[in-house]
Amino acid sequence: MNFDLTEEHKMIRDMCRSFSQEIIFPRAEEIERTGEYPYDIISQMAELGMMGIPISEQYGGSGGDWLGMHLCIEEISRGDPTFGALLDVTTSVVAQALAVFGTEDQKRKWLIPIAKGEEIGAFGLTEPDAGSDAASIRTRAILDGNEWVVNGTKQFVTNIGLDNASIIIIAAVTKKPVKGRGRISTFVVPKDSPGFVLGKRYEKIGWHGSATHEVIFDNCRIPEDNLLGDSAKGFAQHLSVLQTGRISIAAMAVGAAQACLDESLRYAGERVQFGKPILSFQAIQFKLADMSVAIELARNQYLKAAWLKDQGRKHSFEATVAKLFASEMLEKVASDAVQIHGGYGYMAEYPVSRYYRGAKVLQIVEGTSEVMRIILARELAQGTP
Amino acid sequence: MNVIVCLKQVPDTETQIKIAPDGKSIVTDDIKWVMNPYDEYGVEEALRLKEKFGGEVTVVSLGPKRVTESIRTALAMGADKGILISDDALEGSDSLATAKALAAAIKDLDYDLIFTGQRGVDDDMGVVGASLAEFLDVPQFSVIVKVEVAEDGKSVKAHRPVEGQVLVVESSLPALITTQKGLNEPRYATLPGIMKAKKKPFEEKTLADLGLDPAKVGEGGRKVKILELTPPPKRGEGKIIEGETPQEKAAELAKLLHEEAKVF
Ligand SMILES: Cc1cc2nc3c(=O)[nH]c(=O)nc-3n(C[C@H](O)[C@H](O)[C@H](O)COP(=O)(O)OP(=O)(O)OC[C@H]3O[C@@H](n4cnc5c(N)ncnc54)[C@H](O)[C@@H]3O)c2cc1C
Repeated sequence: MNFDLTEEHKMIRDMCRSFSQEIIFPRAEEIERTGEYPYDIISQMAELGMMGIPISEQYGGSGGDWLGMHLCIEEISRGDPTFGALLDVTTSVVAQALAVFGTEDQKRKWLIPIAKGEEIGAFGLTEPDAGSDAASIRTRAILDGNEWVVNGTKQFVTNIGLDNASIIIIAAVTKKPVKGRGRISTFVVPKDSPGFVLGKRYEKIGWHGSATHEVIFDNCRIPEDNLLGDSAKGFAQHLSVLQTGRISIAAMAVGAAQACLDESLRYAGERVQFGKPILSFQAIQFKLADMSVAIELARNQYLKAAWLKDQGRKHSFEATVAKLFASEMLEKVASDAVQIHGGYGYMAEYPVSRYYRGAKVLQIVEGTSEVMRIILARELAQGTP
Repeated sequence: MNVIVCLKQVPDTETQIKIAPDGKSIVTDDIKWVMNPYDEYGVEEALRLKEKFGGEVTVVSLGPKRVTESIRTALAMGADKGILISDDALEGSDSLATAKALAAAIKDLDYDLIFTGQRGVDDDMGVVGASLAEFLDVPQFSVIVKVEVAEDGKSVKAHRPVEGQVLVVESSLPALITTQKGLNEPRYATLPGIMKAKKKPFEEKTLADLGLDPAKVGEGGRKVKILELTPPPKRGEGKIIEGETPQEKAAELAKLLHEEAKVF
């Protein structure tokens, strides 16, 4: 048993922490208020290599591991979780899908620019009538000569609204169910494909800096070669990368919760009521203590899941536990952070209000808490762990 | 252009410093150690010179094994080689002994410029740079905010702020420069840089390697002895100025500044 981070891990954490503190955090309130996409920060993150940490050098990454990637996601999310969401989708989901299922040509074409961060990736599984029941998607892809013709709508697509988002990886039905499921395949759809329509930008409770849009495929034509991986295993392919996404969501929640604790500790030391800093009241101290417990446990859990993944070992149980626990603890921690700030915590210029508004979404994206519990119960029934 | 950067590892300025029971040192458990911020300017300036003129950047440090981490950070930023002078006998060395050991490690290297921080943010002595220049017999510029190396790479002009003015001094190379805040904005280590840092040349040297006498360094060899460390005095309670209007408050403030604080 060894809990020490390697030298590289520490350097990644420290560098990302400084970047997050010095570059992201001071801008986060403005980004949230204006909803303007922070291209300058995204390109700095790209230049530092954050989008390619676990991807091999050959394909534009730095040849690091998933633990390093998630330390980066935690630290970046501490400044602003929307940047963690960007990394989660473009690296943990899209780059990984290309790295694992892509052909050599596909990797050269799409993985390299995405791992370098020059281009950003998006993924589309969710549809208006298919959320938790993702296998019920209706988007259709039909082979016409040497092109696939795609029709359907994907919704709530993270990253796709960014100008430098270049592709969306989608799940689409390639054989209608006769009995049971039919066949779902995975495709890479470049944003400049004929028939690709960028739909409306969603108005969200929080996460205003995250580019969430609807995407419509209107007789969208893509080359036959844009099929990714095994045409019969599209659904399983999506689920396998989303398993890493769960670790990423947990790391984001830990980063945001840590920021809530940092802000609360500072505020409680400064705010004086009844002639004393509110930090001297036990009711406040207990909240801070409980926050630190929740954060510590969630952090250890996502690190364990990432470590197992790096060892090439099964980690579906651990990643699911991490996602469920971390996202639920964040809602409580963010709520307590606002409580410690009193009325000021409800005001937009106080960072805790931003983390609070952004907390709920982590219990929904990449599988709701209910779905996480369904998965865990299924694992338990199978005798895991 | 070969540049040497002397790098000290210091407690992170956000660390809560506690004085050890001996009253002469600090408790070092649980301290987060970082590169001295002034040395970060040195690393950055050296990397910029390398980018312009080519050559190599070598980082030289003295201290226990943990200092390796700070050297690796410099390597991750883009420096080429690291040297750590590490020897139990060096524990407790004063600035002079530190400069002597650094000089011994540097004297046979091929260099055009040496950067040191104008001071370490831990004990704020500010002596190592000047002493090192003396031991190496090279010209020294202290507290520099701008460095201009001539196009031919043979001389350097350095800017030092003096009472709101700027003093520009020039010298042939090699020379030693001590860095001041404002010199540059240090870069972040990149991910590829971090992943490659461990593969870059890194050497450890002992006193024996450098031909130095253990009796002249360390606690025993100190010329400057620390008698006592005391925490800074507790900040007194603040005072809230009362008054109905801004004018009244200003008048009250002026009165207190004059009568109580005696600032004018
Ligand atoms: C900001 C944001 C960004 C997103 N980004 C992306 C993206 O990039 N790509 C993408 O594909 N999707 C994305 N999503 C979609 C997200 O993954 C879905 O919203 C999520 O999977 C839930 O689906 P749904 O919204 O249709 O809810 P539903 O599935 O309709 O769920 C409604 C409620 O019913 C519960 N429920 C459903 N089935 C069961 C059951 N069997 N047992 C118990 N409870 C159940 C759910 O847990 C939930 O509480 C994003 C969503 C948001 C809000």
